[in-house]
Amino acid sequence: MRLTLEIWRQKDAQDAGRFARYDLPEVSEHMSFLEMLDVLNQELIGKGEEPVAFDSDCREGICGMCGFVVNGYPHGPQPLTTVCQLHMRHFHDGETLRLEPFRAKAFPVIKDLAIDRSALDRIVMAGGYVSINAGGPRDANSILVGKKESDLSMDAASCIGCGACVAACPNASASLFTGGKISHLGLLPQGEPERKTRALNMVTRHSDEGFGGCTVIGACAEACPKGLKLDFIARMNKDYLAGTVTFREEAAGGGG
Amino acid sequence: MPTLDSRIPPGPLAEKWTKRKNDMKLVNPANKRKYTIIVVGTGLAGASAASSFGELGYNVKNFCFQDTPRRAHSIAAQGGINAAKSYQNDGDSVWRLFYDTIKGGDFRAREANVYRLAEVSNNIIDQATAQGVPFAREYGGTLANRSFGGALVSRTFYARGQTGQQLLIGAYQSLMRQVELGKVTMFPRTEMLDLVVIDGRARGIVTRNLVTGKIESHLGDAVVLATGGYGNLYYLSTNAKGSNVTAAWRAHRKGAFFANPSYTQIHPTCIPRAGEYQSKLTLMSESLRNDGRIWVPKKPGDKRSPDQIPEAERDYYLERKYPTYGNLAPRDISSRAAKQVCDAGMGVGPGGLGVYLDFSDSINRLGKNAIAERYGNLFEMYNRITGEDPFTVPMRIYPAVHYTMGGLWVDYDLQSNVPGLFVLGEANFSDHGANRLGASALMQGLADGYFVIPYTIGDYLARGGIAKVGTDHAEFKTAEKGVEDREKKFLSIGGKHSADWFHKKLGEIMWENVGMARTKESLEKALKEIPVLREQFWRDLKVPGSSADFNQELEKAGRVADFLELGELLSWDALQRNESCGGHFRSEYQTDEGEAMRNDAEYAYAAAWEWTGENKPWTLNKEPLVFENIHLQTRSYK
Repeated sequence: MRLTLEIWRQKDAQDAGRFARYDLPEVSEHMSFLEMLDVLNQELIGKGEEPVAFDSDCREGICGMCGFVVNGYPHGPQPLTTVCQLHMRHFHDGETLRLEPFRAKAFPVIKDLAIDRSALDRIVMAGGYVSINAGGPRDANSILVGKKESDLSMDAASCIGCGACVAACPNASASLFTGGKISHLGLLPQGEPERKTRALNMVTRHSDEGFGGCTVIGACAEACPKGLKLDFIARMNKDYLAGTVTFREEAAGGGG
Repeated sequence: MPTLDSRIPPGPLAEKWTKRKNDMKLVNPANKRKYTIIVVGTGLAGASAASSFGELGYNVKNFCFQDTPRRAHSIAAQGGINAAKSYQNDGDSVWRLFYDTIKGGDFRAREANVYRLAEVSNNIIDQATAQGVPFAREYGGTLANRSFGGALVSRTFYARGQTGQQLLIGAYQSLMRQVELGKVTMFPRTEMLDLVVIDGRARGIVTRNLVTGKIESHLGDAVVLATGGYGNLYYLSTNAKGSNVTAAWRAHRKGAFFANPSYTQIHPTCIPRAGEYQSKLTLMSESLRNDGRIWVPKKPGDKRSPDQIPEAERDYYLERKYPTYGNLAPRDISSRAAKQVCDAGMGVGPGGLGVYLDFSDSINRLGKNAIAERYGNLFEMYNRITGEDPFTVPMRIYPAVHYTMGGLWVDYDLQSNVPGLFVLGEANFSDHGANRLGASALMQGLADGYFVIPYTIGDYLARGGIAKVGTDHAEFKTAEKGVEDREKKFLSIGGKHSADWFHKKLGEIMWENVGMARTKESLEKALKEIPVLREQFWRDLKVPGSSADFNQELEKAGRVADFLELGELLSWDALQRNESCGGHFRSEYQTDEGEAMRNDAEYAYAAAWEWTGENKPWTLNKEPLVFENIHLQTRSYK
């Protein structure tokens, strides 16, 4: 099939950036979206032009490194699919596709479609863990965990940290990301002792990094390639509230 | 020919690790903050090592080429992690896990290392659970297990089909905690491009900031490489696009021996290639073989759709050839069996390069919901890629390069022959022999990082003798200049073909001649073709852009240049090993039934290759493999 791509080209963080048009006369329906860009890039290199910069690594939808907006949808229009797993059979001959980076104040553009998402790491640094050191035997089965809680925790832990939720949100909020981590750990007995301080610290850091607050629009959950649910944001807010009440003197920053 | 000292502690197998730990020198807690450890890589091995060092009080500099440490390719491991917990009461033990692993490796691994791996396996499960890794559980609240290839017990712990992701996120979270505490400094989007050796010790690395292009030197008291395997040498593999050998290869060129490069694992269950543009291959977890049955039509060239082929006209070849293990035969054996039936014309799908993995019996027996619960996300992934629904049509699968057992040579302490250079996880050669069993890579990565290196590196540091130097030392300056000159060279060639073009060509040579089956002729052919391609690379490469920029083509050029050297060494290693073992199958050496035929009298050693210079032959150093506790036998899964 023939496709026209309008791709955001931006040399570096300082450059203003612009869209450029590319014609692809022969796209196979079995290609993945990124394989189509690989083919385009090989052509550009052949012509002596700079290829389109975009991030990807595993290309199996699990590492979370890829991601850009296709026709207004983070990772493209196919639900529950990262752009590396999106195949061209979902598009039709003659279509024009507009590709642009995930846009948010907290995600500066590095080049073209590649962005800096280190703000998400810093949210985890604020408390997205269980504070234990390696070593010290304690049999794994000494704490029982109900299957239901464990499964729900796993749902929350499925987040791949791609940032699609931020790109989808009109407030550029990373609440689904943050709520996912808070829920993953808060649902397990291992995460219980730090549940409230974790929420307090992570939500505070989330605001400090320049992400917006959550107004429960739900675009994040629609865009999430791993199907994280809005409920996790509700859990975050509950734990955050509990944190501000219990540890009032330490409380800072806005709600999630 | 020199032999290598593996420094295996004396005494009974089960007491070696305890004895080694008791004999180690310790670093005073107050002195730990005076040491800096460089860790390259943030996968299971790198992240667990870096966070553990931070917890102990060392200063750590941790590097990865991705945008965040959580992307490392350990994240893509699907099926699970082994441990000898014997929660299922099915007769498992540390000994049995040790024995299965060493037998699975076709008796080409070091007994003492493998035993230690089995010994600490249980601690890993305890540690990960305590971190909040959401392993699958039974209704009663205990941890669940499943079976994996090469074992008759159920010892694999899992988190749906995302076990690697969950274990990596656990290690990453511990790492982030240490970054917040200031003990670990992270350098994401930073690639190691050389190792710096001063007075015979590894003392630092030279890196490139992938965003700004800045070349920098980093000094440390020890350097730990946890940089993964080299499967992308074949271009098409299940590895992530960025996975590469450069860090290990640069260390090799600075004196570290590269051991058993020819031990490559071809995984039996991957989605077949669809076209020329294919950028990577996707694995379908081995756990699927618990409930899926593998078959091909009995008649060559049978083009009927699978549901039109009656039971009597199907060949369930693994169940037929290996009645005891059936569809759970180890990876190397299953892959070769698939190749044999496809070579004989029974393959299915485009080009006849595929076999069926069929769930219809299990769906009839257990119901669709039970199968969806176990493999739902894998079925969805298959459906997304192929457009076919495995609930109604059997999957088509074909073997693909997946893991590399070879790597930098290390002793029992995981130290290479270059003092102060330690190598962990897939990047080293030590634990899987000639074939790795499923669910053992995650086990090894975390064993090395959480439970081995924190002890052994302390011993190295406590023994002292590390001179006080700075990054202004001549060795750092020489290394920096070497890196810069190489970049200038890449950018100035101005040839016709991209790095990917050369990478694909190299991959074709490797897959055709050094793939699932190798012969003297095919290896000699590869050894002729690779240097020709390498010469063309340095004459005809085209890299656009500049070095002071985010330049992904420049990154690729450096990695392909190193693969072009490794390919030659791998072929050479395969050529000199005149036997078949595990993932190294030489067609000349097989039994009448087509099984691998080892030659223990002549080849029971690890081949550790020494770099002697550009376009010069490597020197072979041998580490004899001594088996004191197990009896070498022909591997049988019948």
